[in-house]
Amino acid sequence: MSTLAFYVHIPYCVRRCGYCDFNTYTPAELSISNDLSATSRSYIDLLIREIEFARSTSDATTVPTIFFGGGTPTLMESKDLGRVISAIGSNFELARDAEITTEANPDTVTLEKLAALREAGFNRISFGMQSAVPHVLKSLDRTHNPENVVKATTWAREVGFQEVSVDLIYGTAGESIADWELTIDTALALPISHISAYALIVESGTKLGAQVKRGEVVMPDDDQTADKYLLADEKFSAAGFNWYELSNWSKPGSECRHNIAYWNGDNWWGAGAGAHSHISGRRFWNVKHPAAYSQKVIESGNPKQDEEILTSDQARSEEIMLQIRLASGIALDSLSATEAKALPGFLAEGHLDRAAWERGRLVLSPTGRLVADRIVREILV
Amino acid sequence: MPAIPLAKAPQPSQTDPAQIRNFCIIAHIDHGKSTLADRMLGITEVVEQRNMRAQYLDRMDIERERGITIKSQAVRLPWRSGIDNQEYILNMIDTPGHVDFTYEVSRSLAACEGAVLLVDCAQGIEAQTLANLYLAMENNLTIIPVLNKIDLPAAQPEKFAEELAKLIGCEPEDCLRVSGKTGAGVTELLDQIVRQIPAPVGVADAPTRALIFDSVYDTYRGVVTYVRVVDGHLSTRDQIQMFSTGVRHEMLEVGVISPEPVVSKGLGVGEVGYVITGVKDVRQSRVGDTITTYNNPAKVALAGYKDPKPMVFSGLFPIDGADFPLLREALDKLQLNDAALVYEPESSAALGFGFRCGFLGLLHMEIVRERLERESNLTLISTAPNVVYKVTTGDGQLLTVTNPSEYPDGKIEKVEEPIVRATVLAPSEFIGTIMELCQDRRGTLLGMDYLSEDRVEIRYTLPLAEIVFDFFDQLKSRTRGYASLDYEPIGEAEGELVKVDILLQGEKVDAFSAIVHRDKAYTYGTMMTGKLRELIPRQQFEIPIQAAIGGRIIARESIRAIRKDVLAKCYGGDISRKRKLLEKQKEGKKRMKMVGRVEVPQEAFVAALTTDADIDKAKAKAKERE
Repeated sequence: MSTLAFYVHIPYCVRRCGYCDFNTYTPAELSISNDLSATSRSYIDLLIREIEFARSTSDATTVPTIFFGGGTPTLMESKDLGRVISAIGSNFELARDAEITTEANPDTVTLEKLAALREAGFNRISFGMQSAVPHVLKSLDRTHNPENVVKATTWAREVGFQEVSVDLIYGTAGESIADWELTIDTALALPISHISAYALIVESGTKLGAQVKRGEVVMPDDDQTADKYLLADEKFSAAGFNWYELSNWSKPGSECRHNIAYWNGDNWWGAGAGAHSHISGRRFWNVKHPAAYSQKVIESGNPKQDEEILTSDQARSEEIMLQIRLASGIALDSLSATEAKALPGFLAEGHLDRAAWERGRLVLSPTGRLVADRIVREILV
Repeated sequence: MPAIPLAKAPQPSQTDPAQIRNFCIIAHIDHGKSTLADRMLGITEVVEQRNMRAQYLDRMDIERERGITIKSQAVRLPWRSGIDNQEYILNMIDTPGHVDFTYEVSRSLAACEGAVLLVDCAQGIEAQTLANLYLAMENNLTIIPVLNKIDLPAAQPEKFAEELAKLIGCEPEDCLRVSGKTGAGVTELLDQIVRQIPAPVGVADAPTRALIFDSVYDTYRGVVTYVRVVDGHLSTRDQIQMFSTGVRHEMLEVGVISPEPVVSKGLGVGEVGYVITGVKDVRQSRVGDTITTYNNPAKVALAGYKDPKPMVFSGLFPIDGADFPLLREALDKLQLNDAALVYEPESSAALGFGFRCGFLGLLHMEIVRERLERESNLTLISTAPNVVYKVTTGDGQLLTVTNPSEYPDGKIEKVEEPIVRATVLAPSEFIGTIMELCQDRRGTLLGMDYLSEDRVEIRYTLPLAEIVFDFFDQLKSRTRGYASLDYEPIGEAEGELVKVDILLQGEKVDAFSAIVHRDKAYTYGTMMTGKLRELIPRQQFEIPIQAAIGGRIIARESIRAIRKDVLAKCYGGDISRKRKLLEKQKEGKKRMKMVGRVEVPQEAFVAALTTDADIDKAKAKAKERE
């Protein structure tokens, strides 16, 4: 029985954060009113048409996970988000234990909103907490009061979300090790089952990228960022959150199944403006702008911009590049002699988990995870 | 009109030696020799006005661009003297102006009876001119002192007339004053050449002896050899023989340059012209060699022949390893025209395949490199130049080392290095600075003389290796460009020399090894390790960089291990992008050179081997292009 996970992209935000390079638009950028309810209805209609189109091209039956990301999915009416879930359920078979996640901004949720999301079918929620330190939040252009995160996660539990996650960002300009430790400790005190922690990436084309280029913002050096990763890994583990992907930790059984599907190379359909899909070695992606997306869906139901069919080399590169990020790692005997050539060096330097190595698996140690991209290059060149 | 139409002038092979004057012009690079030569071509009307172009005699682009003459030529100028109204043939033999070509200069001088000492009267005499002047005096040439550029507002003819008078032992009034640019005084100069310079003397019916003073490869004609007939006669009917090799050649063509080639029946005593024998390689027709006839060979060669001896060696490597065959081809082609260039294949762990090349000196090296790059469209990297060392090992073996990688590892009895006698001319305010520089470069002061009130000649012996390093650049920058330098090899001396190796993670990097004086070893070691620390990107392990003499570490640096090389996020939409980045990085990795496990970008090698002076030159060039 083939499965198809669904990613649903909501390309709207009230305002754009300085570091963000995601495919998202503010009402001002789209010249629409700040009240997004009309936009919500019409965009959701388009998503439903794309889901119907997906049904017509795919022979998959079961949908194990749905993930709403953005942008800010919670800017849409909860009942509209529910319509998407229903559409997936009626066009495919939604697994009984399906994991249905939405990202949420801790500032804009209320107890009522969370209850409505539960009502719409969501059972997992991921809050963009980023930091517990006001000056760090400010430099990320985030506005929320750290208190809001405590409220939001507590309410989420109250209304019955089984899985509650927070996203953290470290390595922001001006963030000290002590700042980061405070963020970690604050997060660990929340009623949550999952944490994603990302080193801030300075993307070109963002406000932050321009500030760094002009020298207005000086990023902390990579060594400090590496120390922060190791600190996080240590504290999360000690608190019972196990590392399972490079930037993700969870209580046992609370791993995000949707994201694991990406790393395992499963099939998924990305619906919405600019969303990427992968089906059996074929990657395709939608046009990015909501207006272009709308036009294409209305014309044909198919908003695809382009696609690529992976060669066996490319598929192998992706497989190694993705699976090496996971705690499950890669079976050593699946690697060719050339691929494995550089590994003893990395083992000797402490970049590989020795116990796993002895069990016949390539699993990165904490320091190895920090140089994972380099190890991948050594394996593949 | 003192000019004589070519057709009516005395013809080659039938000119009475008494009518011939052979002379050269000794001048520094920018003192206006080519402009004066152009003016002489114009006044004697061998070049019509409408065909005249600037620096008519300099053939190669590179010569014209740099304003210097690498290859000499001889031009036959008919002239009716304004003094006695007689017809004469003036052979103007052009001489190379740079220190690296002293031997070629000496052969050009040997073909002449007189020399025009041309000095820019806004600048005064330069060290290389002085050296060539001494060379001309040693050859017993008649010297005609000439101050050029008298039209310049900054001209100081009185001051420099004094200087010249003092140098050659004449009166200041004897110095002619000309302007190549306006033509002022050039007619008088031509007349004075006739009056002052003796006619050539030779034995017309003796076995033929002709001096080769230049040899040039021409794509269409093969080697064109420039000669001065001393005794006897050269004609197309003869088979000729080279004294040094004993090889016999057919004579395909004899002629004179006026200033385009004019075929003649032959060349008689005292005449200057060219011969073409079908030889394809200038090494078979060497400067300084004597040509005689096969049927009636001379017993004794003309004095002064020397094999060209490379003094400076450097490795040349194509940046793109695939260009190696192209480099070989380019060197083969260049060697046809450059008897002094030697090379053999060399392989470097760091730089791949290339050639170890020997040059007469630094300018020669630069010219060769530039010509290779320009004419064959190659991008080259050259290792630091070094000189030839004679190393006596502990067990009494004598080794000639032209490459630091050949330097023996075991016990060393002694090392000898080439020594030069250097002459620096500069305004006297720089005496202190110059002496400081020379002392720092292991120099020994030989003497100092004032040329005029405020100009001084300072003589030092110095190890050639010190000059090869960046002496000239230093000299120029410390004297704001006013000092000039000349040097000539005078032998070898034992030196306290050691080889410094550079190690990356314990692996020797051959391209960075250098033979240096013991006192400079530490400086070299710290300089190189410091440079590499900046240039080599961090890797997933710590990289010790060491400088060592044998097993002894004299300097160390370390590149800390990189601790973070991963993108934190990799979700659905990131995957394609990340894979493409990976593919790009894989391509980049292929261009890395591996030293053990250390990846070194090609650019790091290039940058580490580039001196500040190189960078300045590159900048200056880029500026010129703007």
